[in-house]
Amino acid sequence: MSMKLSLGPILYYWERERVLDFYAEVAGWPVDIVYLGEVVCSKRRALRPDDWLEIAGSLALAGKEVVLSTLALIEAESELGALRRAVGNGRFTVEANDAAALNMLSAAAGARFVAGPYLNVYNGETLTLLRELGACRWVLPVEQSRDMLAALQACRPRGMETEVQVFGRLPLALSARCFTARAHHLPKDDCEIRCRDYPDGLALTTREGNRFLTLNGIQTQSGSSCNLAGVLPELQRLGVEVVRLSPQSQHMDKIVQLFHAALVGELGEIETERAIGAYLPEGVCNGYWHGEPGMTWQPLASAD
Amino acid sequence: MELVCPAGSLPALKAAVDNGANAVYLGFRDATNARNFAGLNFGMDEIRAGIRHARAAGAKVFIALNTYPREAHWSQWTEAADRAADLGVDAVIVADMGLLRYCARHHPHLRRHLSVQASATSHEAIGFYARQFGVQRVVLPRVLSLQQVRQVIAHSPVEVEVFGFGSLCIMVEGRCFLSSYVTGESPNTCGVCSPAKAVRWEEAGGTRRSRLNGVLIDVYAPGEPAGYPTLCKGRFDVAGEIGYALEEPTSLNVLAILPELLRAGVAAIKVEGRQRSPAYVAQVTRVLRAALDACAHDPEQYAPRAEWLAALDRLAEGRQHTLGALDRAWQ
Repeated sequence: MSMKLSLGPILYYWERERVLDFYAEVAGWPVDIVYLGEVVCSKRRALRPDDWLEIAGSLALAGKEVVLSTLALIEAESELGALRRAVGNGRFTVEANDAAALNMLSAAAGARFVAGPYLNVYNGETLTLLRELGACRWVLPVEQSRDMLAALQACRPRGMETEVQVFGRLPLALSARCFTARAHHLPKDDCEIRCRDYPDGLALTTREGNRFLTLNGIQTQSGSSCNLAGVLPELQRLGVEVVRLSPQSQHMDKIVQLFHAALVGELGEIETERAIGAYLPEGVCNGYWHGEPGMTWQPLASAD
Repeated sequence: MELVCPAGSLPALKAAVDNGANAVYLGFRDATNARNFAGLNFGMDEIRAGIRHARAAGAKVFIALNTYPREAHWSQWTEAADRAADLGVDAVIVADMGLLRYCARHHPHLRRHLSVQASATSHEAIGFYARQFGVQRVVLPRVLSLQQVRQVIAHSPVEVEVFGFGSLCIMVEGRCFLSSYVTGESPNTCGVCSPAKAVRWEEAGGTRRSRLNGVLIDVYAPGEPAGYPTLCKGRFDVAGEIGYALEEPTSLNVLAILPELLRAGVAAIKVEGRQRSPAYVAQVTRVLRAALDACAHDPEQYAPRAEWLAALDRLAEGRQHTLGALDRAWQ
């Protein structure tokens, strides 16, 4: 398969050393594209903007395409300032996750950016508009199905690559409220940066013990992880250029290796799907792909 | 400040207009709007009657086309925009970038308001929609503190409308997929959240359980009042503690800060609730009309009256109210 493998931004708050160690390893992994930066909360400042640019430089030297991801929910003037600096970094492509980023990016002549997964792209008219504004790639929004992707692929403008998340917890919602702080009975303004204690987010279960959602600061994610390893050949047939893995704290090296093996044809999709599932004890989902509730799971063998 | 009230039906529209709404917003009877519920919304004849009733009272009519058209159903949304233009409504409320561009190109004289579902939370985001599509008003998501609302309005190139009363979305509007994660249907695509067809109630041993597509949303002790199982307002287990992990059932109510909103330059106050009854719309509109008039008359001396708050709390979700994100402590 000719699809490229990308690593999405780390959505959790990891300690500085952990982040640096992680990307030092990533430099040697078979991923083509790496998205970097803080997308969820501007209060997470273990790494400064210059640190991110330094990591970006190292990864670029290692042959990776580097993209700087921007904050998904922008509320404060200071966040607009940080966004402006990212947009004007002068070297790396930027992933726009909000209309404010689109406004800044499209104001520059010859803009070239990635339309991130937090933008609502549901139709060809929107895709065409984004292409005209300078988007060179778009990421399929979370809740879309194979059929919706196929319809968009049929009308996508020239020069626009398509990227689909195939692994990791799904970013389902954003809020003004920090749910991690709330769980600790702390106000957001005095949150003690408690998300530092949850490298894979904080589990929310139903009162029957069903692992339902994951709290990640102001973001709510799926409880189980998306696993689309089984449909990689179908994504390829639909003309998808890039498949994205969203990082988790454990086994990411092995997960990358498995997807890489599938993409180069060393591992079949059923085997890949099963092998990936073994690293996801909290559950897997692929319902959105099948046009079903996102939390549901249809293993490849029984898929329609 | 203009008072913008919900109309889920012609009787609700009349209730809003007759009780002092400056504008009403409504939707067609399909997935082109975010209250696509059985028995709600308007056919063409009802809209024409509604427009006549509103105009006679000097009130405006807005049509909400505030869901995201999927490519396979694109023409359903553009036809809805064409119908809104033909009807001569005062504005369309639109969220999708593609549909905004369609409206700007095909109906340039039809006023465009940016729906809350477009999630424009900063003046740069508002600037994007104003520059690209000529939107003339923006409805702010319920995620900003009062200080941030002031900041946004100070730099916004267009009018700003804020929510004043009604059910509270805890998540940023237009960016929440919890409902489709559980039920397959979301506000963005289907115009519904936690749809009724996915709800199941179970009773055993005096306790009631509410489920959404099988997922346990809440358990009510004997005698405990039970609310609609909107999935973000259920009780769940986080680190061994059971409670409202996301938000309790409550309604937004900004009566306490109307003078601040007026001074901040808010152009309009919006009431949520197209799914509500005409009686509800009448009562809420009447209270907000009185409060807005009192505030406009003398903002320095304004204070919300106890009977207004009591009347609204009786209608509120969970019979309680909050300033929501406008109050930073809530966040």
